[in-house]
Amino acid sequence: MSNFPVMQIRADFPILADKIRDRPLVYLDNAASCQKPQVVIDTLTHVYAHEYANIHRGVHTLSMRATERFEAAREIARGFLNAESVKEIIFVRGATEAINLVAQSYARPLLQPGDEILITAMEHHANIVPWQMVCQQTGAALKVAPMNLQGELILEAFYPLLTPKVKLLALSHMSNALGTINPVKPLIAAAHALNIPVLVDGAQAAPHLAVDVQDLDCEFYVFSGHKVYGPSGVGVLYGKQAWLEAMPPYQGGGDMIRKVSFSGTEYAGLPHKFEAGTPAIAEVIGLGAAIQYVQGVGLAAIAAHEADLLAYATELARGIPELRIIGEAAHKGGILSFTLHKIHPHDIGTLLDNLGIAVRAGHHCAMPVMEFFCVPATARASFAMYNTHQEVDYLMNGVKSLIKVFA
Amino acid sequence: MFDELRDLYQEVIFDHNRNPRNFRVMEDATRRVEGHNPLCGDRLTLYVKLDGDTISDASFQGEGCAISTASVSLMTEIIKGKSVAETEELFDLFHQITTGQSVELNLEALGKLAVLAGVRDYPARVKCATLAWHTLDAALHNRQTAVSTED
Repeated sequence: MSNFPVMQIRADFPILADKIRDRPLVYLDNAASCQKPQVVIDTLTHVYAHEYANIHRGVHTLSMRATERFEAAREIARGFLNAESVKEIIFVRGATEAINLVAQSYARPLLQPGDEILITAMEHHANIVPWQMVCQQTGAALKVAPMNLQGELILEAFYPLLTPKVKLLALSHMSNALGTINPVKPLIAAAHALNIPVLVDGAQAAPHLAVDVQDLDCEFYVFSGHKVYGPSGVGVLYGKQAWLEAMPPYQGGGDMIRKVSFSGTEYAGLPHKFEAGTPAIAEVIGLGAAIQYVQGVGLAAIAAHEADLLAYATELARGIPELRIIGEAAHKGGILSFTLHKIHPHDIGTLLDNLGIAVRAGHHCAMPVMEFFCVPATARASFAMYNTHQEVDYLMNGVKSLIKVFA
Repeated sequence: MFDELRDLYQEVIFDHNRNPRNFRVMEDATRRVEGHNPLCGDRLTLYVKLDGDTISDASFQGEGCAISTASVSLMTEIIKGKSVAETEELFDLFHQITTGQSVELNLEALGKLAVLAGVRDYPARVKCATLAWHTLDAALHNRQTAVSTED
């Protein structure tokens, strides 16, 4: 076992000391949302207690202080993704809004009947529905690259789908339902060979893998704050500057303008052009604190710890004959999706909850993935930096007990 | 282990989940309606044979969690021989009790169905218990379109 300081990390997360149904909380629903370290909670409190005012407009001290903190968070997010400029970091409500922004602001004005958007069979609904909407609006077609029974993209089938008709490739870095990590870098290079821009949905990857958007060379990268241990209601759209410059604003309002008159409006420059209205000020600053916390622990160490937990959980899971793992990609993040013979995932979820174990039971906002594996739903344990081997033992013992109860 | 869950998962529920009653296709059904809970993937097809105003037979096919399987299995047993009006009364009562709107006193009137009253303490599971009854309601009112818990 490694010397990853997991107990020290756990002490930073107050909720992990709570009891659920009189038992210690075992929180394994991290792919849905992560818990928050004290430093994030304190940051939110401190902002509201001492630093809060609206940003980018006041000449008074508090407004200037809030603006400074807000823009400092943008620099932290820039560093997190290794973007070239803070102009490329747009604060949005989350990964979902970021994808909708690109669909409506980049794709919609461009798409013609006969054009295509290419996604994959393992996408979250957030990377399916916005494209279906824009295809409906423009007459373009949505194409889906298939996966195999391990839950991996079938590359021989993927490459022929990349044709000059494709105006955008949108794919997840890591699948939320299966854990599959896609080989995004070579796929981006292949798309670029045909001048196809690429959006990477990093909602699952950002908390678990070091991301370098300049190295990936993708046009767009999106992630949600609440999944990287930050507040809910805030997320990031990264876009290459030249692409963002060329796109019209997504929403109109205050803060995104340079000059307004009734005869016309001149828009603000990047990144403010895409940030209409008062943003989630405290949450953005809280996200900055969360990213710094993650960087303090180190993504390489986090990834290694989670890989260790996944390997251990997978080994134990394989020893349970009634258990079927859904998603067995060679390259996987810390997600164990599974079904049990003749026990519905909702029953699994309720019984594990009774032991204080929080797992997700359902379709994970990926109904096409469930359909592909011919299951109505799965139970999913997803790991974060604060989970332990002991919790994995507890989960697997819980699974064995509930199988007995149902037998 | 799981002791606190005994109110929700009573032995009767396990029994009906393992051996669902009236689990068959009914060729001569007068009504056939699909019920679906898209959130958990529960799917059932309910068959009802109406003889004038009386339910002379009821059966089902499909898959779901233990709560929804037991609920539809128990329902098909209990409604056989009842009139449409009696069944509707029972649905009303069942709905009130599973959603926590009613008092304990009525449990007796529910008979065997009372074992499902435990779902009231598990808001996320109430729809598992009521899907069968919403599907039956559609069947009795001859609404042929599929029933969804999310409409």
